[in-house]
Amino acid sequence: MSAETNLLDFARGPALEAALIILVFGIFWRLVGVLALPRTRDLSEPRVRHAWLGGVKTIFTRMWPRREFRPRILHWEAVSYIFHIGLAVVILGLVPHILLIRDITGLSWPGLPDGVITFAAGAALISLLALLAHRVTHPVLRQISNFDDYFSWLLVFTPLLTGLMAYYHLGGRYEDLLGLHMLSAELLLAWLPFSKLAHTVFFLFSRGVTGAVYSRRGARI
Amino acid sequence: MTGAETEFPPELDQPRLSVKKPEQRYDKQGEMDDAERLDRAMRGFVHDFGSTAALYMESCVHCGQCAEVCQYYVQTGDPKYTPIWKLEPFKQAYKREIGPFAPFFRLFKLKRRVTVQELEEWQELIYDSCTQCGRCTMVCPMGIDIASLVGLARHGMAAAGLVPHELWATVQRAQREGSPLGATPAVLKDRIAWLEDEHGVEIPLDRSQADVLMTISSIEIMKYPQSIVALARIMGRMGESWTFRSDGYEATNFSMFAGDRQGQREASLKLIEAAIAVGAKTLILPECGHAYQALRWQGANLYGRSLPFQVLQITEYLAEGIRQGRLGLQPLQSSATFHDPCQIVRRGGVNEAPREVLRALGVELREMDEHGAYNWCCGGGGGVVTIHRADPLRYKTYQIKMRQVEDTGAEMLVSSCSNCRQTFDDGQAHFHWDKTAQSLLELVADHLVTEQGNS
Ligand code: SF4
Ligand code: SF4
Repeated sequence: MSAETNLLDFARGPALEAALIILVFGIFWRLVGVLALPRTRDLSEPRVRHAWLGGVKTIFTRMWPRREFRPRILHWEAVSYIFHIGLAVVILGLVPHILLIRDITGLSWPGLPDGVITFAAGAALISLLALLAHRVTHPVLRQISNFDDYFSWLLVFTPLLTGLMAYYHLGGRYEDLLGLHMLSAELLLAWLPFSKLAHTVFFLFSRGVTGAVYSRRGARI
Repeated sequence: MTGAETEFPPELDQPRLSVKKPEQRYDKQGEMDDAERLDRAMRGFVHDFGSTAALYMESCVHCGQCAEVCQYYVQTGDPKYTPIWKLEPFKQAYKREIGPFAPFFRLFKLKRRVTVQELEEWQELIYDSCTQCGRCTMVCPMGIDIASLVGLARHGMAAAGLVPHELWATVQRAQREGSPLGATPAVLKDRIAWLEDEHGVEIPLDRSQADVLMTISSIEIMKYPQSIVALARIMGRMGESWTFRSDGYEATNFSMFAGDRQGQREASLKLIEAAIAVGAKTLILPECGHAYQALRWQGANLYGRSLPFQVLQITEYLAEGIRQGRLGLQPLQSSATFHDPCQIVRRGGVNEAPREVLRALGVELREMDEHGAYNWCCGGGGGVVTIHRADPLRYKTYQIKMRQVEDTGAEMLVSSCSNCRQTFDDGQAHFHWDKTAQSLLELVADHLVTEQGNS
């Protein structure tokens, strides 16, 4: 009994703290390691001034594929969207999550009804499975995928699954499931900075830079 | 290795220009052991490696969308042509040597050292099957500019002597003779004298002062000399003080294709110095896509300061002349479609000028389904058109273009890059196709209103 409560205490206490420290420090390290590399000033005569505005714009416009490309990619893009939105709804809409975020950051907002959360979690789980199936069957994805892709998948999948199980008290004691859920989510946070999951931060920079470079030339992007 | 021009003679009687098909290929240059070759590859690769390239290396999410828009994957279905995969060894090297977690990767032996054999294997992916067209940049959800990374990878390959035979031989010639295709200053002089006679136009060469320095690509000198006449007609009509210079005329930059940084810089310096020497306010680049990329967007950076003159692609100049009412045109009763040269349009930012010119010519413009910044490459950019062993693959990618052009139902196919043009010529001959790519510049020159006319 006490061992199991300890699991939850551990997950709520030191594990959470450690995960958050690794997350923040890791992202910082990776970003600085990249942004501190030399940046040569572009001496060519710009066609468009204030090209950084184009960079900011690209961060948003690149959220959706151009008409020309849609026939070949839209279906999987849509699945990926379902996953991302589902995950965001679960992370930001579930009341206990909001309470945790309030404890850490002081920010809070109203939660979403249970039905919505369950639906979102289910949609995220199913789309994740579909994306995995896609990754292991599509020749391009098989070619370019590595350990990071599969491990990251697993670390996103597990907290979703354990979260749903805890929520519905399925397959074990609530405290155990909650402890597992928290630990798996913490593992995810600690892994994020070192993996492809860092795209949650990097997309701002890589889109922004390309947007600025192309805009400076007066090119569409 | 020396004696490139005797050992590897140019082939000038084919629809596209290259060196003669080599009996024995030299795709590996210089004598050095593997350790040194590798070391050079890595040093060449990281030389211009800055935070932008590093950001790209960190950002890929392995979504595979880039493959879906790359002509090579689309036409073959072979996953090795996935754009980001073309950089795999360099990505490994980056993670192991430069990236923020490089010490960990090395400490825990998580990334192996790349081998020379791998680089040799990747030569086909870095050169033969990437025209640096930049189409993948337009789809990548992370906005990774793969074409520019391929450019960096080529720096590494060139430093290590791992350039495909034809590109390397062409660069040797360019650096020795000032032109990659035998268009030496003497040849240029001859051509100009002959064209002046034949066409009764004045083509100034080596004036000491001029407002405009005109440049030309050796593809035009050797294959499309009528472009030179067209330029002369237009400059005459614009009433501009202009000149060619035999110390700075060659606009192509095959060193850039090969990845030879030093050679690229030298080729650009020639043009820059010639423009400064004649006191030019404007340097005009001819119908040549990569020439625009090399000088307009990279020239100042290689020179080390901003250029004291403006650089225009000839189409921009034509559009300006039309806008100012200095180039009156006779209407052309025809429909046309325009092939966007990647380096001028998608990666150069000259989107509207060619369309403006076509409208002024009165043609009915029938755009391809995917055009402008989203066009399909002709398949010959990035130096690919010179590589014999890449021909079968190039014909496959060319079929996209043929289909696109056919679908428009337009009578004419027009473009503004002589490298695209020779790729079209070569593809046309191969497929016995009835469409010939025409030069926008020549169309304009052929439809100038007559001197007294006021139509
Ligand atoms: S730049 Fe063009 S040819 Fe090269 S990988 Fe990208 S889409 Fe393919
Ligand atoms: S589209 Fe971009 S993020 Fe996706 S695999 Fe290609 S390079 Fe990576």
